[in-house]
Amino acid sequence: MASENDASSSSSSKKLGEDQVNNNKNLNVLVVDDDPLIRMLHDTYLKHFGLEPQVAENGKKAIDLFRLGTSFDLVLMDKEMPIMNGVEATKALRAMGVTSKIVGVTSRGSPCEMQAFMEAGLNYCFEKPLTLDMITFVLKDFNKGDDDDDDTDN
Amino acid sequence: MDLVQLQRQLVEYRTSLYHEGFLDAQFTQLQELQDENNPDFVVEVVSLFFEDSERLLNELTTALEQQSVDFKRVDAHVHQLKGSSSSIGAQRVQKVCIAFRNYCEEKNVEGCLKCLQQVKHEYSLVKTKLESMFQLEQQILSAGGSIPM
Repeated sequence: MASENDASSSSSSKKLGEDQVNNNKNLNVLVVDDDPLIRMLHDTYLKHFGLEPQVAENGKKAIDLFRLGTSFDLVLMDKEMPIMNGVEATKALRAMGVTSKIVGVTSRGSPCEMQAFMEAGLNYCFEKPLTLDMITFVLKDFNKGDDDDDDTDN
Repeated sequence: MDLVQLQRQLVEYRTSLYHEGFLDAQFTQLQELQDENNPDFVVEVVSLFFEDSERLLNELTTALEQQSVDFKRVDAHVHQLKGSSSSIGAQRVQKVCIAFRNYCEEKNVEGCLKCLQQVKHEYSLVKTKLESMFQLEQQILSAGGSIPM
């Protein structure tokens, strides 16, 4: 496999264009899911794109992070979680004025459930399992340059 | 067996797992995520899946043995099992989980017990097959070869 090694960034995303990696480096991502296997999987997916996600085990922990002042550009929100589920957490975050992109991830694929989840304030909703294509799609939004600070090193 | 034969055997074995529905495209995704920064990723994720599943199957067995079955609890466990099996591409396990959840909704104990048996069976099949596949991979690596994609 041909790879360009002289990148200034870390090498973990050789399969993708370097531009994408450099653009993504400044994104803060939060993975919210109660299943450690899913957290690990989504974490690895995101690292593949040059991101270093934080994780939270349920909706309440996610909200606590925001309350502490941490801001995230992107939140991957599972729907079914104990203590506080994805729908409640999304509603609460929006009520707090959070404008991060929130992407719902659910294993309940029925249109009604996904609709209800979307109505809580999601930007997108995907059915599990998450794939690399879905993440590429979501990250494209950030590369459109709506509110990024221009820190591309060159 | 020489290296080339081992590699061929691995490819055939892996292909058969897809054909027989034990694995699906999600498993391929996992393999694509494995690289030199994360060389044991697939084995790690699958091991996590094994641990998770065994715990969940035990909980399900206990929950369904109760005099008065707590279907919400059963459903929550099956939901998790469905989630993790679909995330690693264990398609047959996932399919049984779907039927299992329907029986939970109907509060059908017989149906649930039947599904529990089925899901245990499918789980042990996919576990054995994945372990065999990993063993083949190990043999190839020990012989100094690389894993064919």
